[in-house]
Amino acid sequence: MRALVWEGVNEVAVEQVSDPRIQNRQDAILRVKLSSVCGSDLHQLSGYIPFMRAGDVIGHEFMGEIVEVGPDVGRHQVGDRVVVCSVIACGRCWYCEQGLFSCCDNGNTNPAITESMWGYHPAGIFGYSHAMGGFKGSHAEYVRLPFADQIAFPIPDGVDDMTALFASDSAPTGWMGADLGGVQSGDVVAVWGCGAVGQMAARAAMLLGAERVIVIDRFDYRLEMAEREIGAEVVNYERTDVDAELRERTGGRGPDVCIEAIGMEAHTPGLTYRYEQAKQQLRLETDRPHALRQAILACRKAGTVFVLGVFAGMVDKFPMGAVMNKGLTLRSAQQHGERYIPMLLDRMARGELKTAHLATHPMSLDEGPRGYDLFKNKKDGCVRSVFQPSA
Amino acid sequence: MNRTVSRVVVVAGVGAGVLVARRMTTRQLGGGAARVAPDRWHTVTVNRPPEEVAPAGRLPEPLARLGDTVEVQIRPAPGGRGTELAARPRTSAPSGLRGAVARAAGNDPRQAVRTALRQAKQLAETGEVLEPDTPPTSRRTLRNLPLELATRRARGEGRL
Repeated sequence: MRALVWEGVNEVAVEQVSDPRIQNRQDAILRVKLSSVCGSDLHQLSGYIPFMRAGDVIGHEFMGEIVEVGPDVGRHQVGDRVVVCSVIACGRCWYCEQGLFSCCDNGNTNPAITESMWGYHPAGIFGYSHAMGGFKGSHAEYVRLPFADQIAFPIPDGVDDMTALFASDSAPTGWMGADLGGVQSGDVVAVWGCGAVGQMAARAAMLLGAERVIVIDRFDYRLEMAEREIGAEVVNYERTDVDAELRERTGGRGPDVCIEAIGMEAHTPGLTYRYEQAKQQLRLETDRPHALRQAILACRKAGTVFVLGVFAGMVDKFPMGAVMNKGLTLRSAQQHGERYIPMLLDRMARGELKTAHLATHPMSLDEGPRGYDLFKNKKDGCVRSVFQPSA
Repeated sequence: MNRTVSRVVVVAGVGAGVLVARRMTTRQLGGGAARVAPDRWHTVTVNRPPEEVAPAGRLPEPLARLGDTVEVQIRPAPGGRGTELAARPRTSAPSGLRGAVARAAGNDPRQAVRTALRQAKQLAETGEVLEPDTPPTSRRTLRNLPLELATRRARGEGRL
């Protein structure tokens, strides 16, 4: 089959790779109809996740049609149209039972790597390096679904493919930030990052009762999209002092909940960016946490900061004093998608959650390298390139 | 100093309760002096009750296959959170250069213990051992050899 593979730093290509097959009795095989790029792919692409092998199939946000099921798959049949959670979770360990699916004990077949880095291993993730199990990604004609009953969800009639696609990762990730960030009625919520995940976090905050939601980015086309499609207030951090702006807009209190949806390659204006970039490239720090620092400092006393952006290792100059002395709650997770996807699909069916606008650049799988170039370099108003491997 | 410790392990809900009584092994430490210390236990918590993890006191597979090469403890986890399953090799793990070679070759006895514990937990919780995608990637390169080796030993290594 054809697939988009990681070839090396900043290099992807479409190649022939072996077809997936049923390897466990609970597996299914999916014919991929749509597969989206994601901001976290860029960390792999840029070489900041040192657990990639040349030839690895990337991609983890996808939907399609089931074409084969293992003997112990009970909830799905051949022909089912499903969206698949990017996180591979067993659904039966203690963490899964608590709804903490991305902490699953049984979904990562390479536990030693992340145990050595982080103490314990998280769940597996499709196309997300060998640290996360080495599972082949979704930028391919077919993909194997381990624990298919747990991670694949039927798409309701009336929800089109492009809308359902984003129930795989960005919508549940954003929802989790607002939900576990504890957004309550009347809250002011600030979201750093106006990509798909940031927009979904902003929309989730509104649906959970936030009175005002402010998104922060530097690209006007993304801010305009968030204003138009989500109804959020916007701040361009290249044109204003974010901290002062948030103070002013929140009556001097600061946002109740701050959601960071950027991660380890944060950009910031001025010399700080060059300094952090140099340190990262010299591996003196692995992650650039500028947006996270800003969120911690901007958050109101006793507020909550939720980190959705992906971090991999160590950060420098972390404002622990602000966390402690302001009494902040700091939370984070890879997405617990299985917890939210059925509810999100219902909301999509009711028209409460719109996502199709995120797919600014649908294209064939063969155009994959161009899709990543558009996405990474923010060309042509790209928010998400979406590949159609079956087209 | 030789030190022996007796330990009684109780499996709640399995017949009479007392299942395993073990004398901890000792191992020689480096540094010339004849010091010995107990090997560390490798432990997983299985999200199933003890009577399911070890029915009638039988050890779960594939831990049972390791036979007398390992010691095993089974006890209920606090708060009704399943069963703590602990094991350690009876033989001491090699250290230093010999240890590194043994680990790379897959001959460190702790690797078999970690793998068996992880698989026993998965079997009890999900009914199968999740296989990694095969082949793991579309081609082998010289640069990727260390990562290839690391993933080949991934269930036998780690902090478990």
